[in-house]
Formats: sequence, structure tokens, C-alpha cells
Amino acid sequence: MSLWEYANPRKFMALSGKLLPWTAVGAALLCCVGLIWGFFFTPDDFRMGSTVKIIYIHVPSAMMAINVWVMMLVTSLIWLIRRHHVSALAAKAAAPIGMVMTLVALATGAIWGNPMWGTYWAWDPRLTSFLILFLFYLGYMALWEAVEDKDTAADLTSVMCLVGSVFALLSRYATRFWNQGLHQGTSVPVATGERTVDDVFFVPLAISMVGFAVLFVALVLLRTRTEVRARRLAVLNARERMSA
Amino acid sequence: MIDLGKYAADVVFAYGISLGLILGLIGLSMYRAKRMKADLAAAEARIEARQNNGT
Repeated sequence: MSLWEYANPRKFMALSGKLLPWTAVGAALLCCVGLIWGFFFTPDDFRMGSTVKIIYIHVPSAMMAINVWVMMLVTSLIWLIRRHHVSALAAKAAAPIGMVMTLVALATGAIWGNPMWGTYWAWDPRLTSFLILFLFYLGYMALWEAVEDKDTAADLTSVMCLVGSVFALLSRYATRFWNQGLHQGTSVPVATGERTVDDVFFVPLAISMVGFAVLFVALVLLRTRTEVRARRLAVLNARERMSA
Repeated sequence: MIDLGKYAADVVFAYGISLGLILGLIGLSMYRAKRMKADLAAAEARIEARQNNGT
């Protein structure tokens, strides 16, 4: 059995139909546990006070903002190379999720920044690259809607995704590349394991991060199923018009 | 209710706006999924009925 079998819409719908309830329940449980634990049962930070509680939304949403674009990059490349429609539709389905995650990261960052930095916004490398990533999400979604032929739209948006990947990468490594600005480096560096977050904050944060990732999987399955159905509906409507 | 101190408004606003956006996305995704499923079922039923009538 090959992974490419699931590029067949029928097989994708069968598998995703089975996975969706489990991922949805898992996402709900993990997000509730992580956020409730973080909000109600963790202490204030000695410097940041209660604003540290914003970390349980800000870090997972920022992580997903970048990772969703990476997922879109992979599925866009699959479309460009192998022409599997489900992969193009999965990229299209993921974009609004990434856009919302980027917006949440920007909004919570601004709200957190005001009491800590004394300003809601600064043209800091990480903040600016995140804003550009957000604009790329909007442009990507607008391009899908602007082009009538869906295969052409998939081609154009895939190329746009390749270009936007530069900003997804910059968003992730901006503080390391430029080594300046208000925003601190990553709190949970996966590669080195040298995290700067204490265990009392890290455990609920890790649960929230996993919860947001599973929420993304659930939402992208749901939305890709909708896109597959929308595509089939468009084909049926076209057939009806031709036979009328 | 927990005491969030002088930053209570910031923390509550951050959670409120985030949960509003995420729940809005979930709600819209579910609504569109349900509507598309119904529209496709209706179109398939229409085509099947037409084929059964031989037109």
C-alpha cells in the first residue's frame, strides 16, 4: 500500500471520515486541558506577572502559523510535481487556518507587548516577517478565489506558496538571523532542547502546542473534505448544464 | 475567579480575541462542510432521478 493511494478522492474521503472524529475529540481535550491548566493553575511569572498566561495561546498559534505554511508548501509541491488534486485542495483548505493562527499570534503578541515593551507594535524583524506572512496568507486565499479555472488557480497559488515560504522561514529564524529587535528568541528550541521556560509553565504549554497541532489536523481534514465535495459539485453542475 | 492583578484586562482580552477567532473558524468550517454535503447530496439525487426517468 502506498501513501499516494490517498490522492484518490474516494480513498481520502474514506480515511479522513474515520480519522476526523478522533482528531476532533483529541484536539478538544488537549486544547481544553492545556489552556485551562495554563490559565487557572499556573503561577504568575516574577517579571511578567499574569501576562505569562498569554504564552499558552501565543506560542502554539505562532508555531502553527509557520508550520501550516510548511504543510502548504509540501502539498503545493506535490501538486506541481504529481498533479494530485487532493493535495492542491488540502493546501487551499489549510490557508484560512494558517491565516487565523497568524492573526492570533500577531494579536496576542501585540496585547502582550504593550505592558512588557511599552508598545503594541515595533518594526522588529520577527514581528515584521510575521506581518508579511499574514499578508501572504491573505494573498494566497484571494488568488484561489480570483482565478476561475481551478487547476490554473492551483498552479498559481502553488508558486505563490513557494515564494511565501521565504517569509515562513524568516518568521521562524528572524531573531537568529538579525540578532536584534524586541522579540526574544524561541522559548522552546526543539533542535537543542535548551528551553528557557520553567517546567511549571512548560507542561501546559506543551499540551497546548500538541492540542493546536491536532486541532489543525482536524480542521484541515474537515475543510479538505469540503473542498473535495465542492469540486465534485462543480463537476456535476457543469455536466447538468451541458446536458440541458 | 483567579486574581490576574494589574494585567487582568490584557490577559482576558488576549484570550477572548483568540478564542473568538478560533471558535469562529471552527464554526464557519463546520457550517460550510454541512452545507456543501447537503448541496452535493441534492445534486446527486437530482441526477439519479433524471437518469431513472430516462431523460
